Amino acid sequence: MSLEILTFSFMHRALISGIAIAILCSIVGLFLVLRRYSLFGDAIAHSSFGGIALGLLAGVYPLWTAYGVSIASALIITKIKDRYNISGDASIAVLLSSGIAVGLVIIGLSGGFTIDIFSFLFGSILLVSIDDTILILSLTGVILIVILLLYRQILYSTFNEEQAKVSGIPVEKINYLIVFMAGITVVTSIQLVGVLLISALFVIPNVSAIMYGKGFKQTAIISISFSIFSVVAGILISYIFDITPAGTIVLLAIGLLAGTMGIKSSGLLSKN
Amino acid sequence: MLKIVEISNLTVQYPDVKALDNVSFNVDEGDFLGIIGPNGAGKSTLFASMLGLNTKYKGNIKFFDHDIRKSKDYLKEIGYVPQKPIFEKNFPVTVNDVIRMGLRNESDENKIDEILQQLWIHELSNRRIGELSGGQQQRVFIAKALVNNPKILILDEPVTGIDQQSIELFYSILRELNSKQKITIIWSSHDLDAVNQLANHVACLNRTLFFHGKSEKFFSDDELVKQYSEASMQEHMHHH
Repeated sequence: MSLEILTFSFMHRALISGIAIAILCSIVGLFLVLRRYSLFGDAIAHSSFGGIALGLLAGVYPLWTAYGVSIASALIITKIKDRYNISGDASIAVLLSSGIAVGLVIIGLSGGFTIDIFSFLFGSILLVSIDDTILILSLTGVILIVILLLYRQILYSTFNEEQAKVSGIPVEKINYLIVFMAGITVVTSIQLVGVLLISALFVIPNVSAIMYGKGFKQTAIISISFSIFSVVAGILISYIFDITPAGTIVLLAIGLLAGTMGIKSSGLLSKN
Repeated sequence: MLKIVEISNLTVQYPDVKALDNVSFNVDEGDFLGIIGPNGAGKSTLFASMLGLNTKYKGNIKFFDHDIRKSKDYLKEIGYVPQKPIFEKNFPVTVNDVIRMGLRNESDENKIDEILQQLWIHELSNRRIGELSGGQQQRVFIAKALVNNPKILILDEPVTGIDQQSIELFYSILRELNSKQKITIIWSSHDLDAVNQLANHVACLNRTLFFHGKSEKFFSDDELVKQYSEASMQEHMHHH
């Protein structure tokens, strides 16, 4: 039984998409966590809920409207935050609740909750199509290339905005780029863990990795490894025991974090 | 001598206070300029304006004869060391990572090792920045500022909260950078003795510029030194 599941093509698609999403969420999430923007992913995910509802109402593929609405609202809220000097956590709260509010009203207009809505709320990784997989792989590839090309600028403006500005880095543009990439990453990842659990993939593996890694690259690699482990093991375990993949993936990630904290407090992860 | 910086009639008006009032001075190549003045004298505002972080000013700032409003190219020639670099304590970057961030041209890889050696932080290169002492961190930030071979080094009260031994080392590094590598240094400080020992020019700022010239001239004029001390003392009393 346990080996047989690896022969199913839906399982291949789920694992390939899952691994791509794991890598993407780790990397984009690491920058968000370090910018004290941990809940931004959550806020974008909630606004994407509005986008999904809009798509279902309009009869358009909901992920397309989700991409549009999420990216637009993430950029708008960032602009408003800078313009009116609203704190990061307050702007996240505004974005988060407005997305859900819009979603609920639209769902009401379109006649109530359906099975489609639930699959977006809680993920449906075992149902991804070949087209979905190709889209996920392409977006992951593009975002990773952008991050590799602008690695120094993104890291520097995350580390210290003022110094990055003095070094001639276009910090504001980089900030918008991060927000834009976070928007794409969130909507792409909805199929894996759903709207409600996205920020877990952004945050938990990174919180663990920051405790282990010394340098930035090491931290990123550890985070990606934890994330891939959680996703692959989560998909397989949930299938074998017939439980929800999203919840299993996130619980595994939390298990790794708990283990990390245990190792750290036992003194095994001391400073050199 | 080549004029590196020309500041003319610089005025910065904040909503409630005039931070800088009609400040004018020049910095020549090779100068080691110590800027002194009490808290709130406008030193940080002056630096922010010079570095392009504050663009709301009246008057003109020129670097290498070019108005900084027109082009940001001059920033390539500047290494900047802030008062206390703000970053998350557990930010996962090593000393090496931090210096690499500053490096504009990736092909200058061996420059990193060179600068680590020069500032006595080679052994720390794989340590996380947040684990180091204040003095060590400050040396890392100087290393970062120097990694692109800047012509000018700007330091904003760089020894705040650092132990005496590190301060001595830090000053000897500054002296060497100025005398051997001919780097022009603009440095704000509270430490009058250190300015006396290191700087060859002094600017006294208290929203307006009330002295700018050779440091011998400043320190041989008891009246001026007293005035500075009074201004600084008043500020001190004001704060308590």
